Amino acid sequence: MTKIASTSGGAAPPETEAAVPVAGLDDVQAAPAAPSGTSESPSAVVTARAERAGAAGRRRMLRVLGSTARTLGYALAGLLIFGIGWHFASASSELPGPKDGLGALKTLLSDPFYDLGPNDKGVGLRVYISLKSVFTGFLLAALVGVPFGMALGSSKVAWQTFNPLVQVLRPVSPLAWYPIWLTILKDTPHAVVTVIFITALWPIILNTASGVAEVPHDQKNVALVFRFSRLTYVRHVLLPNAMPSIVSGLRLSMGVAWMVLVAVEMLSAQPGIGGFAWESYNTGNLHDTEAAIILIGVVGLLLDTVLLRLARRAAVQEVRT
Amino acid sequence: MSSITITGVRKTFAAQSVLRGIDLEIGDGEFVSFIGHSGCGKSTLLNVVGGLLAADEGTVLLDGVPVTGPGPDRAMVFQNYSLLPRLSLRANVREAVRSARRDWDRATVDEHVERYLTAVGLWPHRDKRPHQVSGGMAQRCAVARAFAVGPKTMLLDEPFGALDALTRARLQEQLVHLWESESETETILMVTHGLDEAILLSDRIVVMANPPGPSIREIIDVPIARPRDRASIVKDPVYAEIQARLEALLAHDRVSVS
Repeated sequence: MTKIASTSGGAAPPETEAAVPVAGLDDVQAAPAAPSGTSESPSAVVTARAERAGAAGRRRMLRVLGSTARTLGYALAGLLIFGIGWHFASASSELPGPKDGLGALKTLLSDPFYDLGPNDKGVGLRVYISLKSVFTGFLLAALVGVPFGMALGSSKVAWQTFNPLVQVLRPVSPLAWYPIWLTILKDTPHAVVTVIFITALWPIILNTASGVAEVPHDQKNVALVFRFSRLTYVRHVLLPNAMPSIVSGLRLSMGVAWMVLVAVEMLSAQPGIGGFAWESYNTGNLHDTEAAIILIGVVGLLLDTVLLRLARRAAVQEVRT
Repeated sequence: MSSITITGVRKTFAAQSVLRGIDLEIGDGEFVSFIGHSGCGKSTLLNVVGGLLAADEGTVLLDGVPVTGPGPDRAMVFQNYSLLPRLSLRANVREAVRSARRDWDRATVDEHVERYLTAVGLWPHRDKRPHQVSGGMAQRCAVARAFAVGPKTMLLDEPFGALDALTRARLQEQLVHLWESESETETILMVTHGLDEAILLSDRIVVMANPPGPSIREIIDVPIARPRDRASIVKDPVYAEIQARLEALLAHDRVSVS
């Protein structure tokens, strides 16, 4: 074995040269920290550059502020259009208007955590109850759905055996299962969680399976050529490649789970936020129903935001060509 | 030792006869290129030698032993780098060496990883992830990974096809350098689309053809002395002769297909 000649590694790869930052107006954040190209450049030049960078920084900040303001402005305009529609709808019916709904929401949020028995709780507590049901069902679905989806995606036999079943069960509204679970479990909260479990299960299974099935062929070949153990394969090839798809399945299922939870709470008269919306209607208090709808929307948005963050982090970044 | 004997290999995909009776003897220490239009089966043949595909008929012998599956004696480099996305460059090489050579102790593994990452100039970049480096660097890492498992035979499937000309030239030099001097690798089989690349690197060029004719159309010797220099080799009359022959063969094949 001969020593490594320095020629092969000696030539500096041009990729590293490309990493030298170019001080431009758009690179203000990098420019002050960047080493100046020549160490003996006059300090006046450096100062001028710093001033230019400072001015550009202020300009950039203004630009960012401007675009944020515009984005917010459009969003507010959209909400305003909705509010006007709501207002006119309420003017010609018994429906409480935006002012009533928002007023009710404010009142409800002023004391969110009081607890005066099973049918008289603050909305914060009710949201908490709902979130607990949703997360329990969702986590159970993830625990079952991800391994099951992986098996479906990696084995043709498993796919052919279970895919038809999944395809038949998937279009069934998860609420249709409620009587079944109630009969089996004889316990309303458990039946609710099980409905959520079923809701979240299908998107998780199918997305996991498709993610696993779409592991690039070359990567599978790498695992074969270098004789990866099963564990190494799952850890370094299967999971990283399937992860974006798995996480998008989780996000999808969480969205549906939150929608279905409200419905199943209404159906089962549970103390969560969906049950609250129904109960308020039954007691003739539509103000609170409207407040509950707004609250449900906001919580759903927050849930989606969290999972979207997760999905972005899971994305595999491609090699640049 | 690392000789490859391919006898009567046939492979059919969906009624398409891709390999139509391949007979080929590749000597120890040879660099052989496979060239031909898309669909001529050159990658399929490489995968059969690599043990990733089983031939319908025929055998591939490696030093007299039939190939039944992939193994660390035949490392492969694929066109699309195929590095593991979540691992650093060093971890990519280390994971491959560890898996392929379970009998090597930790020190041997680490020594191989460092040696070949250094040889391709990536040791300073060892902690970067694949998405943080260019395509050229990613492919250098894939080459280092293949050499680091200490294979007797190296199988390259259009390894430089996705790279720009300058990067490709540098990688070709590194490849030849690794092959000629410091590695355990003796024999190299390379699938390529580049005529220049094939002439510059190979001892022999196997020209393959689309159906219905025989899979191997012609085998061309490249009797140009090594070390070969990219700039001066093109002035060699033999170079022009081979290039003209290759172009004629490939042009003919295109006509016969359409």
